Amino acid sequence: MTTSSYKKNLSRFQSVIALFVLCIVLSFLTDKFFTAANGVNVLRQVAVNVCIATGMTLIVLTAGIDLSVGSVLALCGAITAGLLKNGLQFPSADLYIGFTILGAVLGAVIVGGVLGLFNGFAITKFKVPPFVATLAMLTIARGFTMLYTGGHPISNLGASFAYIGAGNFIGIPVPVWIAAIVVLLAVFITKKTKLGRYIYAIGGNETAAKLSGIRINRVKLIVYSLGAALAAIGGVIVTSRLDSAQPNAGLSYELDAIAAVVIGGTSLNGGKGSVWGTVIGAVIIGVLNNGLVLLNVSPFWQQVVKGAVILLAVIIDKMGDKKE
Amino acid sequence: MLEAKNISKKFSGVTALSNINLVLHPGKVNAIIGENGAGKSTLMKIFSGVYAQYEGDIIYKGKPVKFAGTRAAEEAGIAIIHQELNLVPYLTISENIFLGREITNAFGVLDKKKMNEKARELLARLNFSADPDTKVAAIKVGQQQLVEIAKALHSDASVIIMDEPTSAISDKEVDNLFSIIAQLKNEGKTIAYISHKFKELFTVADHYVVLRDGATVAAGDMQHTTQEILIEKMTGRNILIQKRTANFQDAPVLLSLKNVCLRHPELPSTNLLTNISFTLHKGEILGMYGLMGAGRTELMEAIFGLHPKNATGEIAVEQSVKKIKSPCDAIGAGIALVPEDRKLQGLILNQSVNTNISLTVLEKIERWGLLLSAAKEKDLTSKYINKLSIKTSSGDKAAQSLSGGNQQKIVIAKWLATNPKILLLDEPTRGIDINAKSEIYKLMKALAAEGMGIIMVSSELPEILAVSDRVLVMCEGELTANLPIDNASEQELLKYAIHKNNP
Repeated sequence: MTTSSYKKNLSRFQSVIALFVLCIVLSFLTDKFFTAANGVNVLRQVAVNVCIATGMTLIVLTAGIDLSVGSVLALCGAITAGLLKNGLQFPSADLYIGFTILGAVLGAVIVGGVLGLFNGFAITKFKVPPFVATLAMLTIARGFTMLYTGGHPISNLGASFAYIGAGNFIGIPVPVWIAAIVVLLAVFITKKTKLGRYIYAIGGNETAAKLSGIRINRVKLIVYSLGAALAAIGGVIVTSRLDSAQPNAGLSYELDAIAAVVIGGTSLNGGKGSVWGTVIGAVIIGVLNNGLVLLNVSPFWQQVVKGAVILLAVIIDKMGDKKE
Repeated sequence: MLEAKNISKKFSGVTALSNINLVLHPGKVNAIIGENGAGKSTLMKIFSGVYAQYEGDIIYKGKPVKFAGTRAAEEAGIAIIHQELNLVPYLTISENIFLGREITNAFGVLDKKKMNEKARELLARLNFSADPDTKVAAIKVGQQQLVEIAKALHSDASVIIMDEPTSAISDKEVDNLFSIIAQLKNEGKTIAYISHKFKELFTVADHYVVLRDGATVAAGDMQHTTQEILIEKMTGRNILIQKRTANFQDAPVLLSLKNVCLRHPELPSTNLLTNISFTLHKGEILGMYGLMGAGRTELMEAIFGLHPKNATGEIAVEQSVKKIKSPCDAIGAGIALVPEDRKLQGLILNQSVNTNISLTVLEKIERWGLLLSAAKEKDLTSKYINKLSIKTSSGDKAAQSLSGGNQQKIVIAKWLATNPKILLLDEPTRGIDINAKSEIYKLMKALAAEGMGIIMVSSELPEILAVSDRVLVMCEGELTANLPIDNASEQELLKYAIHKNNP
């Protein structure tokens, strides 16, 4: 192996190394960190962010961004709870449609996908910059959440629904299984399918991609609806875990997702990065949160540290780029 | 006034200028003439401080000078008006004129009133009565040019360089520009005027300098020369060219265009292409010559479906009319386009050679219509890496790590992978070394022998003459000549490229 490819591999694994170092340091600082129970705990906490950040990765790889995922999460969580509890009621037609758990979840995910399609439509058809289009959706979806819930939580959704967010399967929390499936699917898409190639190509050089006959708009519509659908899955998990849909759920989740993407080494300019990197990024954030809590660091300082880590991650990444 | 002495300039080893000597006569209009790539722009960029690294001396007002940047050149009194105007569209006329040289009052606050007054004064000198508070985006290109000139006047420039000033303005605006140039001359300003348009040069210029292949080949008085002499000086190469001799008139028609027009996307009344009709036969290499801005690239783009909203006319492939509204449609019709700028349009630079080559044909390397197969991809790409002898240690290397010639071969490879019937090549050898060039020529000839129809857009006359079976010449969006290679010579082609009517 030549030194240059050795260095390249090193930079590819730098977030893994950072995670490793972080874990070792925390193990020395507190006995409570390196235990199986705490490990499971961390994974459970990061599962939702992993789902959202995976979708965000696909979007960022096309050189886009989605600021609306937190609000979409809240709206879809509320819709799941609403469908479960109240179903769809049409008093004028004297019609009532009840929903099973699966039906409610599917309904929410479909609504999420449609909201993402709206984002994609504004971005491709009307050339609204992704930042602005999804910023608008952030407000719109939050507004609909308030309208749908009347500003009150929808609670008491039943023990079987709670299994999704709080249950265990073979000793591992169900949300972790869900996140794992999401990640594996996304890795498969990015590494093994045409769609994945197109995503990287569009982010790498949109003009060249267009001239190569790639239907750019179609690919963008797909990634934005996937991103929002994954936010909806996050909404289902959050609602289930709390046994309640909170109208202000998911506030600033988009920032955690973007942070995971960036720490994981995906370039906001698109075309460079990976889903695996994002998973590592999300786990780093989770471990950091967890460790700082265990060390009794004040929540205010936790925010400062998190911000500093994001900045550091990007600076190190840039330095690696320059060397290449 | 301004003098260049033995100026040489290299770009990463490639010589752009070698021992240029020229004098800009004070108070006169000095025409700088030369083919595309002769070195005009490079020289002007040295004069105006864009390039600070060069060999030789610039003598300005009798003293040798060396400008560290554009700012230094401007302060010394040399202003350049670029072909693509350098204005901030959403600032006002006055704000643009004073950009970087704002007038402030005693408190350091912008003195808008004073600036507008001064701007009005400057504009009045140019017979341009606009409100200085108008946004630049709201005025016409010709008027924007006047703003650029006002900017130069404000900086009290004594040398004004104009790069193709009439390329984007109407005839009426040209007349106005010429009267302003005459006035500037009266005020004692020295003007360097770069243009391809001989009619204009004979109207406006006093002296000329001809550049060819980065060297000065002739200079003199405009009055004592003719267009023919200048054209000869511009081309005057003596290269043995092996012309192709085949005749394809009887071969089946692969591509035919009928009355293809292309509207300007922003100025609906002007056409970028007007009534283009021609045919391309099986096995034929069609050269497409023209000067910068003649519309050659736009024509290739129109054929490839990149202007679905503004293009009209009929495009037929193998005698059947095709609706080509997107690159996908074009690829489906058997057309491939190797674009002009491989880095901006052809390649995804940070991705591997393999990924770039297979991008156009991913469905060919799929298993079960779902999964991309690395093995199939390698089979496909290594075939083309060998066929085009792309020099890379592995197909996994990033495209950006390869040389220009090899990068260009990747772009060609990714299009050959689609098995096109018609291959459009836009400046396929720009910026690549001699060896890679001749390899690409060989490849083109081999592909044509296999029955592909090829259109090669090029600004290099020797290349056009060496490779083509037939040559089309374009000028200002129109087809001005369609010559069998036997009737084509450098002088002849240049004549058609320069003049739209009665060459």
